[in-house]
Amino acid sequence: MERNLHRQLANMKKSLFDQGYLDEQFIQLEELQDAANPNFVEEVVTMYYRDSARLIQNIDHALEKNPLDFAKLDNYMHQFKGSSCSIGAKKLKNECTQFKEYCETGNGEGCKRTFQQVKKEYAALKKKLEHYFQFARQVGPVEKACRPK
Amino acid sequence: METTGFSSPRPDAFPAGLRVLVVDDDSTWLKILEKMLKKCSYEVTTCNLAKEALQLLRERKDGFDIVISDVNMPDMDGFKLLEYVGLEMDLPVIMMSVDGETSRVMKGVQHGACDYLLKPIRMKELRNIWQHVFRKRIHEVRYIESHEGLEEIQMMRNGMEQSDDGYLFCGADLITGKKRKDVDFKQDDRQSGDPSSVKKARVVWTVDLHQKFVKAVNQFGFDIGPKKILDLMGVPWLTRENVASHLQKYRLYLSRLQKENELEASISGMKPSDVSSKDTADNVCLHNSSTAPQNNDTNGSYVVCGNKIPIKSVDSKICGEDMKIASVQMAESKEELIGVITDPQKSSNSITGLNLSSRQIGSNVRYEPKVPAQFSWTEVPLVQFKQEHKPQFQSQSWSAEVQPVQFKQENKPHFHSENSFSHLPLSKNHIQVDCTEPILSHHPIPSADEKDKQVDIRHNCIKSKSKRKSKGIGIVNPVESKAELFSVQPESLLTVCQEYEPIPCSVWNMKNHSLEHILLNDIDSSQRSLILGIGSGFRLWDEEFQGYSPQGDFYPQNAGFETIESFAHSNQELIADIPPLLYDSLNFDYGNQSEAMEYPVMDQGLFIA
Repeated sequence: MERNLHRQLANMKKSLFDQGYLDEQFIQLEELQDAANPNFVEEVVTMYYRDSARLIQNIDHALEKNPLDFAKLDNYMHQFKGSSCSIGAKKLKNECTQFKEYCETGNGEGCKRTFQQVKKEYAALKKKLEHYFQFARQVGPVEKACRPK
Repeated sequence: METTGFSSPRPDAFPAGLRVLVVDDDSTWLKILEKMLKKCSYEVTTCNLAKEALQLLRERKDGFDIVISDVNMPDMDGFKLLEYVGLEMDLPVIMMSVDGETSRVMKGVQHGACDYLLKPIRMKELRNIWQHVFRKRIHEVRYIESHEGLEEIQMMRNGMEQSDDGYLFCGADLITGKKRKDVDFKQDDRQSGDPSSVKKARVVWTVDLHQKFVKAVNQFGFDIGPKKILDLMGVPWLTRENVASHLQKYRLYLSRLQKENELEASISGMKPSDVSSKDTADNVCLHNSSTAPQNNDTNGSYVVCGNKIPIKSVDSKICGEDMKIASVQMAESKEELIGVITDPQKSSNSITGLNLSSRQIGSNVRYEPKVPAQFSWTEVPLVQFKQEHKPQFQSQSWSAEVQPVQFKQENKPHFHSENSFSHLPLSKNHIQVDCTEPILSHHPIPSADEKDKQVDIRHNCIKSKSKRKSKGIGIVNPVESKAELFSVQPESLLTVCQEYEPIPCSVWNMKNHSLEHILLNDIDSSQRSLILGIGSGFRLWDEEFQGYSPQGDFYPQNAGFETIESFAHSNQELIADIPPLLYDSLNFDYGNQSEAMEYPVMDQGLFIA
């Protein structure tokens, strides 16, 4: 039964990777997890979502301004992107890159559109990870990092 | 026991225990990096703010082996921090960013980063960071071995002409010494696992020390070698190797400065800059105890105290030139430039005040003439410098500073009242403003050697490293009364009374700041000429200052210049090269140079801040 749970967890993780939500960085985080920090990954992700919420807000507000301050937007997004790559949020990171490109070209519409995507991905990933961690806690204390196939 | 030098580090020792300081505004990354570094068996300290990091580094000199910093931080630009660390602490710094654009990476390297990592950072990359620490040490030791050893042998040889034994003995000592080095290294490896104890203690380039250094450099020109500098400095515990590496940085700094000065030199006309120093983002705490009257509450305002320096209004032309010089801006960042603006005052006895105001980036120099007509001939106006520190200074680099003004000081017995000004390069770092004294304090102008010496202030702009240098501005304002001597330090001393607010906005410390303060005093036929040009950046008083006290208080006992050190901490590389154009217009007449080469100026209240 335990093995079953483990397998399930592994599958969850695998699908997250397959669907492009997560990348290698997430594995790195899991490898950092050890006896001293058994819930390291979850802690990091929680921290990320807490801190980045503010950034999302900032960008939202900045996007409401007229005219748009692309430098500022780019700056915010740079921070957000940096944060997002810390947990290995792959899709999210790509959307951020796209957003920054629009900033560079001064494409306000593009920025706004992309940011909607960013927020969607952001929320979707959060749900998935919450689910994942919940399950992981049930499964067992130390979940060894294993690369999904 | 190997005598071949450093052996490969043992796995159980170095690099374990490497003391790393991580600076990143992103808490998530900070947490991750901390964990990663701990996994490498490093000793980790994390910091959210660059300012905090600088403070930590300053408090715990020799407490860290390497610094890892993010590039984009809200309170201070990572490159700026990089410069500071390199200049002040001489630690290897690794930059990190999610942005891997070539230009950014290049910038990092230019500013002295020993590596540039892209986020997300891999464990294996972090495992390897010890190589930067190791490399530095090896280079230092190699330098010593290659230079000192040889010289020592030579010295020995010369010294002990007859005794072969003596020579051998000395030689043996050298070898033993070398061996000891190796042994020590290995032992340290074994015992403490702390590579930092392998070498001799890291030299902390205090303001005072740096001043001596700059003095030495300026004395002989830019091409001076480390050995000569060392000799001139006369600091017994300093090694050639220390000087050499410091010299390298200094040169880098100056050349950068020069480059930026060239860029900025085309700025014509000084716009009044924000005198208010924005903030103390620059972390450099200026200990400014000056209480210059015209003290602004801005940070890092410099007050130039001149005592009774009769100054005529400065030619606007000169001012213009000064402006130009002073308007060197930091190209990249919002460095505040302190420029001295002379306000030509037509009133006969008015002193044109030079306002040093920090300039914002982008040649936004605004000078606020601080010297209203209130100053009489006998008084030297207080020039207030305000330096603005902007947290976002991208690069408080030396290069962003105004090009150092080059002083040429001629040894003339009297000052002509022509608009001559001496630009004294201010030592960027070491100007400590101790303006506790009233402006009217007199200080005898050191006359001694100055007289003879040609004030040849040639500050070579050395490509400076990035930002880190704090610059102190010293504006020497030689006040000359009729009999005064204008003691112009060859290096051009500009001492500026700086008023520093305790805020960490260290104007002076900003290495990047090159402040050119030009204090122009129009000197008319009354032979009062007091012109202080502040080269870009601050220069350390060169050796002309006899009364130069090691504390960086320029007390020109002979020179009558008072330099104020604004920095509590050391090392600033300063060099301000005074652009030749300024220099040419300078016409120093030394005030009466008494036989004793005294500078009576002090009586007149030559105040060198």
